[in-house]
Amino acid sequence: MADNRKARIKEFLSRFFRNHELKDDEDIFALGFVNSLLALQLVNFLEGEFGFTIEDDELDFENFRTIQNMDALIERKTSAAGVAV
Amino acid sequence: MKLELSDAQKQARLRFREFVQQRVAPYAGGWDREERVPLDVIDQLRSHGYLGAPLPVDSGGGGMDAITYGLLTEEIGRGCSSLRSLLTVHDMVAFAVRRWGNAELKAGLAARLGSGEALCALALSEADAGSDAASVRTEAVREGDEYVITGRKKWITFGQIADFFLVLARLEDKLTAFLVPSTTPGFSRTPMHGIVGTRASLMAELEFNGCRLASRHLVGRPGFGLSHVFSTALDLGRYSVAWGAVGIAQACLDACLEYTANRRQFGVPLRDHQLIQRKLTDMIVNTRAARLLCYRAGYLREIGDAEAMAETLVAKYFASQAAVSAANDAVHLHGGNGLTEDYPVARYLRDSKVVEIIEGSTEIQQITIARNPPGEL
Ligand SMILES: Cc1cc2nc3c(=O)[nH]c(=O)nc-3n(C[C@H](O)[C@H](O)[C@H](O)COP(=O)(O)OP(=O)(O)OC[C@H]3O[C@@H](n4cnc5c(N)ncnc54)[C@H](O)[C@@H]3O)c2cc1C
Repeated sequence: MADNRKARIKEFLSRFFRNHELKDDEDIFALGFVNSLLALQLVNFLEGEFGFTIEDDELDFENFRTIQNMDALIERKTSAAGVAV
Repeated sequence: MKLELSDAQKQARLRFREFVQQRVAPYAGGWDREERVPLDVIDQLRSHGYLGAPLPVDSGGGGMDAITYGLLTEEIGRGCSSLRSLLTVHDMVAFAVRRWGNAELKAGLAARLGSGEALCALALSEADAGSDAASVRTEAVREGDEYVITGRKKWITFGQIADFFLVLARLEDKLTAFLVPSTTPGFSRTPMHGIVGTRASLMAELEFNGCRLASRHLVGRPGFGLSHVFSTALDLGRYSVAWGAVGIAQACLDACLEYTANRRQFGVPLRDHQLIQRKLTDMIVNTRAARLLCYRAGYLREIGDAEAMAETLVAKYFASQAAVSAANDAVHLHGGNGLTEDYPVARYLRDSKVVEIIEGSTEIQQITIARNPPGEL
């Protein structure tokens, strides 16, 4: 399940990271591709794709820094809410 | 693919059109001259549920779907861009507060913002910070459980009468959003006059002189003010402005079809001259193309697609230029009359330039769209 989730995130991000094979633990902010549009698009994508809402106090760059961290956020959010993804 | 309005959307459009034809369009030129939208027309927007229309019903809003909201914005924008700009700024702020405001802030406020009972405005720009929004200098300092805001904002649409301002400030150098009530001690506003576009939009400069706020007025977390809170607001703002621009282009077309049918030169109505037909055709085609891009953006917003933001940028970019081009041609097709206040087209031209500058100017969209192209249809 986690692999599938990571693949979905990677597919979404790959459009913005052309010609770069993004690794699960790679810092997407350090790569310099993330502008404010993508930062918010990423929130919208995670919410829409995995069916939860990111709250104001969950706005923490750590949650979005790597595919791994995003996956951990999804895991926390969906296991708390009992959502199947 | 099915590209068609539902019956309910068509009926809503008729209602919006009727409202604008009766209560807005005939007066818009006068409001423009007086530099003020009257308060009673704002009351009418409220009583029709046109303020806060895109906010969910559970937060006091109208729960309007994205396409119907677009139709509303187009129709209001067709009658009066200044009034449309109230919908834009109020809704974008109310929406961002609903999205990123904390529970304590929303508990007392969401319904008042959603219904338009309390009016909101967006306070981002400063004298030295426009396109480069991250360079704002307004400062926030944390003191115990409170924040103290100091700085000045410029060009604030409906700043003369808004009850709440979404303010971008630096908190320990992190861009951070706050919702500031106009009743906060230390807050003052000065009307701005002599702006030539959306002249009736009650614009103001704001001063925050040590405005002390309880911590619940922080919106989102420190450091996320521009990237998430204001970006959420600006995304809705661009959607609204794109539709408003379609409204201007359509108003230009309406005016030109009528004028060129009635005005005769060289023994025939103007519209029988082929060079005039070329201008009318460009106006017809660009207006339709702009509207289609807005439908596409609206559809993606409605289904919650992550592409919606990128597609909204495209719609805003195209529609605002279509409006300027249509308005420019509209003034031209009216000849000398186009430059008088006897016809609305000069106002359309002034207002169209505004939509090309606000919510990210054309150049800023060019930079952003090239960097974030939307995916395949
Ligand atoms: C009628 C009206 C209503 C407004 N309402 C509001 C409001 O409610 N709230 C608010 O916060 N602000 C508001 N504004 C301010 C508006 O958002 C700014 O005017 C806008 O962001 C542009 O900033 P600026 O005027 O400082 O121009 P500048 O940023 O100085 O830009 C000047 C010119 O340079 C171009 N330019 C800038 N950077 C680049 C670049 N990197 N590459 C190429 N070209 C570039 C711009 O496109 C523009 O053509 C309003 C403005 C107007 C005119």
